[in-house]
Amino acid sequence: MAVKSLDAGVKLRKGHWGKRNRTGLYYVSIWLIGFALFQLYPFITSLYYSFTDYSIFKAPAFVGFKNYVELFTIDPDFMNSMKVTLQYTFITVPGKVILALFIAMLLNKKLKGVNYVRTIYYIPSLLSGSVAVSILWKVLFMNDGFINSLLTAIHLPSIPWLGSTHTALMTICLLEIWQFGSSMVLFLSALKQVPTSLYEAATIDGARKGTVFFKITLPMISSVAFFNIIMQLIQALQNFTSAFVVTNGGPSKATYVLGMKLYTDAFRNFRMGYACATSWIMFAMMLVMTLALFASSKKWVYYDN
Amino acid sequence: MTNRQKEIRSTVMYIILVAVGVVMLFPVFWMFLACFKTNNEIFGSLKLLPSSWSFEAFAKGWQTTGTFTYTRYFSNTFLLVVPTVIFTIVSCSLVAYGFARFEFKSKNVLFMVLITTLMLPNSVIIIPRYALFNKLHWLDSYLTYWVPAIFACYPFFVFMMVQFLRGIPKDLDESAYMDGCTSFRCFVQILVPLLKPAIFSAALFQFLWTWNDFFNTNIYINSNSKFPMSLALRMSIDTTSSIQWNQIMAMGLVSILPLIILFFAGQRYFVEGIATTGMKN
Repeated sequence: MAVKSLDAGVKLRKGHWGKRNRTGLYYVSIWLIGFALFQLYPFITSLYYSFTDYSIFKAPAFVGFKNYVELFTIDPDFMNSMKVTLQYTFITVPGKVILALFIAMLLNKKLKGVNYVRTIYYIPSLLSGSVAVSILWKVLFMNDGFINSLLTAIHLPSIPWLGSTHTALMTICLLEIWQFGSSMVLFLSALKQVPTSLYEAATIDGARKGTVFFKITLPMISSVAFFNIIMQLIQALQNFTSAFVVTNGGPSKATYVLGMKLYTDAFRNFRMGYACATSWIMFAMMLVMTLALFASSKKWVYYDN
Repeated sequence: MTNRQKEIRSTVMYIILVAVGVVMLFPVFWMFLACFKTNNEIFGSLKLLPSSWSFEAFAKGWQTTGTFTYTRYFSNTFLLVVPTVIFTIVSCSLVAYGFARFEFKSKNVLFMVLITTLMLPNSVIIIPRYALFNKLHWLDSYLTYWVPAIFACYPFFVFMMVQFLRGIPKDLDESAYMDGCTSFRCFVQILVPLLKPAIFSAALFQFLWTWNDFFNTNIYINSNSKFPMSLALRMSIDTTSSIQWNQIMAMGLVSILPLIILFFAGQRYFVEGIATTGMKN
């Protein structure tokens, strides 16, 4: 009798939980619908479109690898856009990460007023991607803009920041690096979690500063750095706003990043299949870089669990 | 290390920090001053302070030379951003609840998929999305923002709230559930109050990102009457007539002011939000 009732209790509970667990799926299905409609479906169609001749006005017609072949062999802009995008990525991502880490290490020292400093450093990040800031950059770096006035005042030659193919991309990179604040906050919170006992042990053993940094600090924050670098890479490869607003891809396409090429092909020239091919090459680049980072992560990323 | 050495070291550090801080803030500070300057003062001049302090650039910039004033653009921006933020936090927190508190078939696989979509680049899906929205007749309307928000298409926030929920002991809501509380009531009455910091962080970041977003609005919104601030600003530097830069700087400043106010009001949540998930820009 007693056993039976206990059994019944378990059964009841199981039924209860089973129902409860289906409930979980109901909650998650909100996202499942959105994911299927607005992410998975566009993702797959985009791959399909990349093999078609397609514009919004006509149905897609399958053309095989024609778009890809045209991009790599005929298109005069594509290779340039690849080069510019890679340059942009390899300047801004390390620039931002290293600066963010350096400042975070300074802020991690017990100084008075550190919180105010952190707040101030974060402000440019608030404005990341904002058109207002891109316009501000354009005005500051114009030929007769404030930056050049400053250079002239300290007897340096003025630089045609946005007007020259040599410096235009750099100027846009500066805008991006200026917004290192959120990476910095991230590193700072990672640094705060490094157990002080590790540093104490190192001090007792008489370890030098460089050794402490490379053997303790860096491994302990490497997992944070790893994810930060991946997200930065994905963002940087897709950059659009600053190139579009500050220089409009110019001069002579020196800042014509892949994001701009994609936009122009798809929404100005209405060659959407062609633009999808560009987007998939972009995606392939992200994938290769991410996988390379993952492969290398065993060597430098330390997970404590 | 002697006290003297320590003092010198910390002084050097302060000097570095202040110098970097000046560089960081200077552009925004200069932008503020430029609102009061004439074109002649803005270009080819090192002068920081304007010759006179008049709010004319704000008034004229607000009126614009076009059909719509910034009253329209400002309210458009709010109409685009505020519902998007509300939909996002409601849908994403519910989905996070489903992932964090229930066991169901293929949950782990689905969660992996969610994490993978964190890295799904917008550029790859934008064209089919545009075609889809075109078929649904959503283009040139804020539905392009609202509907994906209703369906929790922001994996970043779902992930953030799952992380946060994992830190809240299960006993709290489970005992309520045992007492016959429905799962939805458990969520609203017990978990939402505890989840508040994560909800605030998500709301702040979503506000910021939607407010600043230019890539998507530029593609989805075409009518001048529906322009948010970002498109209006971009349009203002497109005109062929001579540009009054002080007016543009003034409107640029006005466009970022809500973000700065919000940041100072909700600073704690920004920092916490970044720290719990540790990603994005």
